[in-house]
Amino acid sequence: MQPSDQVFVLLKHWLVGQSPSMLQPAVSILLTIVPILLIFPVLFALTTVLERKGLGRIQNRYGPNRVGFFGILQPMADAVKSLTKEDIVPASADRAVHFLAPLVLLAVAFVPYAVLPIGRNMIAANLDAGVLFFFAIGAISELSVFMAGWSSRNKYSLLGALRAVAQMISYEVPLLLSSIGVIMAAGSLSTVEIVEKQAGFTGIFPHWYVLTPWGFVGFILFMIAATAETNRSPFDLPEGESEIIAGYYIEYSGFKFALFFLAEYLGMFAISGLGITLFLGGWLAPLPFLTWIPSWIWFFGKLLAIVVGFIWVRGTLPRLRMDQLMNFAWKFMLPMALVVVVAAGAWRFLPQGVTRWLISIAFLAGAYVLLARGVESRNKIAKRTYRFAE
Amino acid sequence: MTPLAGCLLVSSMLFAVGLAGALTRRNTILVLVGIELMLNSANLNFVAFWRFGPHSQDGADSMTGMIFVLFAIAVAAAEAAVGLALILAVYRHAKTTDLSQLIGRRP
Amino acid sequence: MSTPFFILAAVTLAGAWGAMTLRGLVHCALALAVAFAGIGALYLNLGAQFLGLAQLLVYVGAVAVLIVFVILLTRGGDADAPRLSAASFAPWPLAGLAVAAAVFAVLGWAIFHSSAMLSPTAAAPQNNIRQLGVALMDAYVLPLEAIGLMLTAALIGAVVVAMKEKP
Repeated sequence: MQPSDQVFVLLKHWLVGQSPSMLQPAVSILLTIVPILLIFPVLFALTTVLERKGLGRIQNRYGPNRVGFFGILQPMADAVKSLTKEDIVPASADRAVHFLAPLVLLAVAFVPYAVLPIGRNMIAANLDAGVLFFFAIGAISELSVFMAGWSSRNKYSLLGALRAVAQMISYEVPLLLSSIGVIMAAGSLSTVEIVEKQAGFTGIFPHWYVLTPWGFVGFILFMIAATAETNRSPFDLPEGESEIIAGYYIEYSGFKFALFFLAEYLGMFAISGLGITLFLGGWLAPLPFLTWIPSWIWFFGKLLAIVVGFIWVRGTLPRLRMDQLMNFAWKFMLPMALVVVVAAGAWRFLPQGVTRWLISIAFLAGAYVLLARGVESRNKIAKRTYRFAE
Repeated sequence: MTPLAGCLLVSSMLFAVGLAGALTRRNTILVLVGIELMLNSANLNFVAFWRFGPHSQDGADSMTGMIFVLFAIAVAAAEAAVGLALILAVYRHAKTTDLSQLIGRRP
Repeated sequence: MSTPFFILAAVTLAGAWGAMTLRGLVHCALALAVAFAGIGALYLNLGAQFLGLAQLLVYVGAVAVLIVFVILLTRGGDADAPRLSAASFAPWPLAGLAVAAAVFAVLGWAIFHSSAMLSPTAAAPQNNIRQLGVALMDAYVLPLEAIGLMLTAALIGAVVVAMKEKP
């Protein structure tokens, strides 16, 4: 394709060509990994400012606006603060596990970026089972959350950790099921192939999976489950500030807290990246006359849009209680995700045309109405009556 | 020592460690941990033979080792779940998970 | 027998040894998780991509967490880690160790004296996910359905066994 699209790939090839042939494999690997290690933390820094300003405006106040123009240098101030704070470890804490927990969490947060295609020909590791790799590494993060909460020897942090692990496990099932529809339609577990299957346009509409009935519902389920997996509001009971102070990272201060923060945001970016790859067509352009814009700009643009969506939801919706959260996962999202799989199967095997649209929509709408009625009927709230002193 | 022998040696060591733990530790949960280690070592054996052993290249035959391990993982996970549920139920009655107090205990 | 294999084998065995001999119960469970991860990495080293990732997803992500939950529910994680005294081991631990050593000796002898060791290392078998899926649906569909039934039965059984009885 045109040079601006492949500029980074060409740059990498030129740099590898320049280095001595003994070191070429090492240089190639470094040039693939180091940009990932640099870009996403910078994105994290920008997102913290965006989030605080955005939440501030939603809540009718200014966000941080003292450091730099419109508060844009706030992350530097935060970094200096977190690096110079005293690192307090509770006296009865389990030192080894307490030290390892943020490291394991951070390592596990960086690894899934290897299978995200950031642009055309720009992927760190084109694994045959890329999507499964992503979910397997994500499952390991639950253990590190538990390590953080348990090693602090604090009742509240243990409680927060158990809540977080229960929430992550519950929402992993709808997350996986809603991506199975995409895997069925694409016929492959490799992220590169999934993006390539979504190329092509009919008229002005792209062939993204989000524009099919099952893909639309699947995308919504995926995003809700992703919000819950990364403990973002409205699913942030394990770390809710007004509930349990800071949940499983109460006893962490200074740099370790910053590492937890970084790991949480990195997880959010990674899972949004996977959602973009599976449903929103990865690095593909949405309209046929916009394909001249480089592929990596599209990927980051979509990523930014999803991050803005996350911030918006955080500022708008109230927090879910633990039992409401679990009910929602097991009694609504899981059956809905199963119906998405069935609808995706029907879509895959029916011939193109109006029929498969109608059948898919019928499956999904019917299931949604039944499940929503089921969930609602349990919360019959009586009409509010007032009793005045007479 | 061929790679196959290396893998088999590792899996026998894992099996021996798991067996030693399951036979000597007093806590019921650690016995279950030992059992899980033994199951995993058998799975490793299967994968080693699938990779290095003689097999025909056609169709489903070349997948047998992998599929067996897949099913063994599923069975082991189900067995761990049921075993841990049993441990919970016993704990609720006896208020302990100490095997030396549970053996020969009058219900 | 490459360096990655040695490192992974060492990590796995260290994790397994830690799982059986560490003091606190939660430490044992975390060491077990390390052992599981090591075994998953060994599968990946041997070329079984799907299996290695499935091992990580199922064992480290689910079974290890389950064990940790049960340890906490039976108050194994509350108390300060007791000294690894005679109280942590069953009576006559040497008998158990001797049995394990005997089993290892027999297995080791079998490994080194069997004729399979004389064959040259074969090429890696062809595997990709598509072949695995086809095999599951084609030749092994009955075991697949049986596994589904068994998992359902295990799910219901575990819930029933661990449910609180009505007072």
